[in-house]
Amino acid sequence: MKEKQKGTIFDISGGAALQNKFMSMGIYKGREITKISHIGLKGPVAIKVGRSVLVLGHSVANKIVIESHD
Amino acid sequence: MIKKIFLVGNPNVGKSVVFSRLTGVQVISSNYAGTTVEIMRGFFKLGDQDIEVIDLPGTYSLEPGSKSEEVAVSLLNESAKDEIVVISIVDATNLERNLYLTLQLLEASLSVVVCLNMCDEAKHHGISIDTDGLEKLLGVPVVPTCAITGLGIKILIERIKDAKFISREKSSHRERWQKIGSIIEQVQRLTHRHHTLRELLEDASVRPFSGTLIAIGVMFTSFEIVRFIGENLISKIADPIFINFYQPLLIKLSLILGEESFLHHLLIGDLINSKIDFKQSLGLLTTAPYIEFAMVLPYIISFYLVLGLLEDIGILPRLAMLLDNLLHRIGLHGFAIIPVLLGLGCNVPGILATRNLESRRERFIAATLISIGVPCVALQAMIFGLLGKFSGFYVAGVYLVLLVIWVVLGVILNHTAKGYSPELLVEIPPYRLPSLLTLWKKLFLRIRGFLIEAAPLVLLGVLIINMLLYFKLFDFFTGLFAPVIKGLFGLPKEAVIALVMGLFRKDVAVGMLMPLALNVKELFIAAVLLAISFPCAATFVVFFKELGFKDLLKATLIMCFVALVTGTLLNFVIR
Repeated sequence: MKEKQKGTIFDISGGAALQNKFMSMGIYKGREITKISHIGLKGPVAIKVGRSVLVLGHSVANKIVIESHD
Repeated sequence: MIKKIFLVGNPNVGKSVVFSRLTGVQVISSNYAGTTVEIMRGFFKLGDQDIEVIDLPGTYSLEPGSKSEEVAVSLLNESAKDEIVVISIVDATNLERNLYLTLQLLEASLSVVVCLNMCDEAKHHGISIDTDGLEKLLGVPVVPTCAITGLGIKILIERIKDAKFISREKSSHRERWQKIGSIIEQVQRLTHRHHTLRELLEDASVRPFSGTLIAIGVMFTSFEIVRFIGENLISKIADPIFINFYQPLLIKLSLILGEESFLHHLLIGDLINSKIDFKQSLGLLTTAPYIEFAMVLPYIISFYLVLGLLEDIGILPRLAMLLDNLLHRIGLHGFAIIPVLLGLGCNVPGILATRNLESRRERFIAATLISIGVPCVALQAMIFGLLGKFSGFYVAGVYLVLLVIWVVLGVILNHTAKGYSPELLVEIPPYRLPSLLTLWKKLFLRIRGFLIEAAPLVLLGVLIINMLLYFKLFDFFTGLFAPVIKGLFGLPKEAVIALVMGLFRKDVAVGMLMPLALNVKELFIAAVLLAISFPCAATFVVFFKELGFKDLLKATLIMCFVALVTGTLLNFVIR
């Protein structure tokens, strides 16, 4: 996913605890997100979900599959 | 009958600001039994009744995911439901995400008042929320507030009595988000606004290049401000008080006791050139209070002031993101930068702050790195005094050596320590103007904490050294360690005293190097060694309390090893 690109969450893998945490922060299947930036190689990713900006460590971000909008 | 009020909300919704507005100065910060999560308690008057207000740790849901969330939930479950009211604090600029927790609170059959905070900011963002509509849809009072200015807090207090619970069915995650979606559609209207300068800054600070530039700028400025305020507090306030008011009293006492008496030695210490020297006399009434109040406290004040500002503006999570990559290499994640920054002020709160890290392995790595590679403000101040007069090059050299140690040791620990290190998953709050009230309360609590923790230990440290000097026991130690100090580190054997002393109080130790007339190389090595060894007795105690005896022993052995290697290397490398 490129910077400033929008997409819809297609699938989320990971354990129940992580799924729950994602859910309460508003990350769930079908949700639209925008990628803001990405720091370095294998660094964290910043995304915008609704009105909040979330930062995900690289391997956490890897668990989210996105369907790109264009 | 209402007995307790709980403040519940997501992180970064201004919960502590609301808390400061509701409560007076009588605020107690305590640990929740059996855990290390801090809870703030205070009281306020409702009618003629004193009601306890409890500020719960920020949480995203009632299905706890972290230790502090667990505490929040179990505290809520402990009290009888008809005796408590929950104020659900909601960030009006981010209503959608915040409503999730509110719906969960309602489903848990709690009496809820919704405090729609940051209304002024929402207006700036072009968000308008129909509060009456929201109140109807949720079935509980909704009060718009702006806690920073205090707007709406009175109405919030008045409406606490209207809180009621309505039994509701539990819904699934999905249903909850759907419900939120329909609520948002009915009550929230957005008007498009152009990007403000602040939003541009917010964006820039999470991008790799511009973010790094901003971070470096912010850190450099903060460092300079801390130094400026600290130096001025010392030279304009603390020193004049000690010299003009306190010293004359001590001189009288000294005359009454007589220079040769035991009490004189204990309380006043040795006279240097037949005068009281606050830095070198080493008495319980001279050096001990001087170190505590005139050398360290001013820097503690200025450091926590600046740190509190950085915290409340919202700079730290951005820093955590930028440094996540680097910190991953040493077995931590980006958020570990916060304990490290705290450690630059005083290692004690730094090690305490490792509580917020999730795994034990992470806590061990962070605490060890802080106590070995992060010099506290007191020590830094003394290093500036000691080496600054030769050239800034040497001062920078100390920091450089420490940074190298920090990274190398971190990489080694990452490969050897057992356990797992969790990943970063945090929200980045928007930049916000800090509230002076909260800033002041936080500063007050932190300084009080420091004084309670450090004062007895400084006294004890000075007492021990004082007694060792009186009974001339230092020669024994000097002889014991001389081969290492002289042979490997190239330092004169008198420096042993300072290095041993360094385990009690760093600032005292550096002060003891001054009369030894060391050359630059020797001073440089001594300063680095002092920086590596544990900062003070208080750090030992806190490390022990937080991580137990085994980890303390491990960290101490690592420290001795690092000191040995670094000292020897520096001695043979520097010409």
